[in-house]
Amino acid sequence: MTPFTCVQGRAIPLGRQNVDTDVIIGAEHLKTIQRSGLGRYAFGTIRAEPGNLFDDPAYAGAPILIAGDNFGCGSSREHAAWALADMGIRVVIAPSFSDIFSGNAFKNGILTVVLPQGAVDRLLAVAAELPLTVDLETMTVTSPLQDRFAFELDPFRRECLLGGLDEIALTMASEAAIRAYELRTGT
Amino acid sequence: MTAPRTLYQKIWDAHVVEQRPDGTALIYIDRHLVHEVTSPQAFEGLRVAGRRVRRPDLTLAVADHNLPTTARVDAAGRRLPIADPASAGQLSALEANVAEFAVPYIEATAAEQGIVHVVGPEQGFTLPGTTVVCGDSHTAAHGAMGALAFGIGTSEVEHVLATQTLLLKPSKTMEIRVEGTLGFGVSPKDLILAIIGRLGAAGGTGYVLEYRGSTFRDMSIEGRLTVANMSIEAGARSGLFAPDEKTFAYLEGRRLAPQGAAWAEAVERWKALATDEGARFDASLSMNAADIAPTVTWGTSPEDVAPITGRIPDPESFADPAKQAAARKSLEYMGLTAGDALQDVTVEHIFIGSCTNSRIEDLRQAAEIVRGRKIDRRIKQALVVPGSGLVKRQAEAEGLDRIFTEAGFEWREPGCSMCLAMNPDKVPPRERCASTSNRNFVGRQGPGARTHLVSPAMAAAAAVTGRLADVRELVR
Ligand code: SF4
Repeated sequence: MTPFTCVQGRAIPLGRQNVDTDVIIGAEHLKTIQRSGLGRYAFGTIRAEPGNLFDDPAYAGAPILIAGDNFGCGSSREHAAWALADMGIRVVIAPSFSDIFSGNAFKNGILTVVLPQGAVDRLLAVAAELPLTVDLETMTVTSPLQDRFAFELDPFRRECLLGGLDEIALTMASEAAIRAYELRTGT
Repeated sequence: MTAPRTLYQKIWDAHVVEQRPDGTALIYIDRHLVHEVTSPQAFEGLRVAGRRVRRPDLTLAVADHNLPTTARVDAAGRRLPIADPASAGQLSALEANVAEFAVPYIEATAAEQGIVHVVGPEQGFTLPGTTVVCGDSHTAAHGAMGALAFGIGTSEVEHVLATQTLLLKPSKTMEIRVEGTLGFGVSPKDLILAIIGRLGAAGGTGYVLEYRGSTFRDMSIEGRLTVANMSIEAGARSGLFAPDEKTFAYLEGRRLAPQGAAWAEAVERWKALATDEGARFDASLSMNAADIAPTVTWGTSPEDVAPITGRIPDPESFADPAKQAAARKSLEYMGLTAGDALQDVTVEHIFIGSCTNSRIEDLRQAAEIVRGRKIDRRIKQALVVPGSGLVKRQAEAEGLDRIFTEAGFEWREPGCSMCLAMNPDKVPPRERCASTSNRNFVGRQGPGARTHLVSPAMAAAAAVTGRLADVRELVR
């Protein structure tokens, strides 16, 4: 996993609620047996709308996405996180995320930032013109207009993201405890 | 004396391998179901890191999402090829992976093959009090058996394959209490749609739901599987039912369930799982079964529900401006006009199937409506797709297949089928489907497809009338 410290750049002000993982990556693209290459298919149904944000040159290569409530709901497909990562997204800001999506995002080095609706609305407005900065060390989202919103993150996730750690290797260090559990429960 | 605990807390406590100071815990996973779509990258990860599957004996693989639901073998019993090379590739990747990592596998042509969430309980792989995961969000279904079951992403699939554990934070608990008897023509599907309407698509986020009260106690295992399955559509990763005599009767004698003395012992243990008197939930919702009508969705989120007797809502009627905008977009996508009666909405496609509603009881309820009738001439395609080969066999033994085919339905091989547009079963753009599946998302049943979620009996009613119809007017 690529370590994550600070990301600065344009933010796509999508703003929609209930963006499900079918919208992020349609089922017809789930037949791959690889993780890479999904970015070009991301948000296909939205990209079919004329004048959509994803094809707006102002946001080309933007590392941040801002959305409404319940981002990433629906299917557990990690392809959604792979597609976002493949299109260069490192941060998604929203008032809430589905549990499964935020786990998947984290495992692919994407930070999900939860902020109150008021703060998200403000960032949506600012992002239309200006870049944002998301700093994981100080746990803040800031703008050139002196906006400063602090966010919270599970300490374990923060540590893994900052260090780019491999969670499986970390768990395998607990092999003795896993064995002991299996012996104790007869599993 | 220990403090009273909920069913969720009991299962959680029994599976803690290691408690971490930050509040997370390493949780042991008893059962891992694997299918072809979300596993190839996980097996590849193991291969690259030189890791093995720690407990193949606690793992079970089956293919379901990609498989075409047309005949799988020719007259001589030889397997027929899959036309789409990408689908065929995903199936052969699964077959190669289960062989390489020695994972038990149900062959695509076996009678036991089916949708992973139908197969788990049916094989007795899913048991009360266990932790069950699968790289699929509808894993919530297995909670009907009293298992703590939840969907995971591919990285977590790899983590479970390698370590048989997951690092988790405890969830909050929410009691969904429903009392009384469901009305005539009203099914568990209508109830769960109504619950999602009340909670909202994100209302259960961060919670494990527990379904309590007499309505759920009286519900069959098939009905409970339908309800638990859709917990995720309210944002909850899991939904639980306390295991009871119905659960034990369903599981007894199943191929992978404990047998003999071990069975009796297991039942005793399972009886102690129910939530203790006085245990506290973090939130609760209560409803009356008698208030629920046959329910349909009108929009593109499962929370967009209305009773069949209702009308398409006016987007301006919602208080939240974001919801207003979402409703306007939904109606445009769905090709619907605010104020129109739902019963005037005509449909061209019928899908009876998916891990929500493809079990024997679902097929019986639909067949009951269809018997002696014909599908309406407006219907272009009507599919019945049993959830597993065993369900299919049972239905055929009861003559249900003939009821459907005589009415004009197609009787298919088991799989996910038209629930998601990954295999050849799709709804064409701008056409409308009454579907017993679980998601009415934009493009879910095919690019541009318009989905109305309904119960099996309501899907049957739509088939014979060519519109969203109130099944209560068709029951004999
Ligand atoms: S039937 Fe539908 S919801 Fe169920 S596992 Fe298959 S694709 Fe997922």
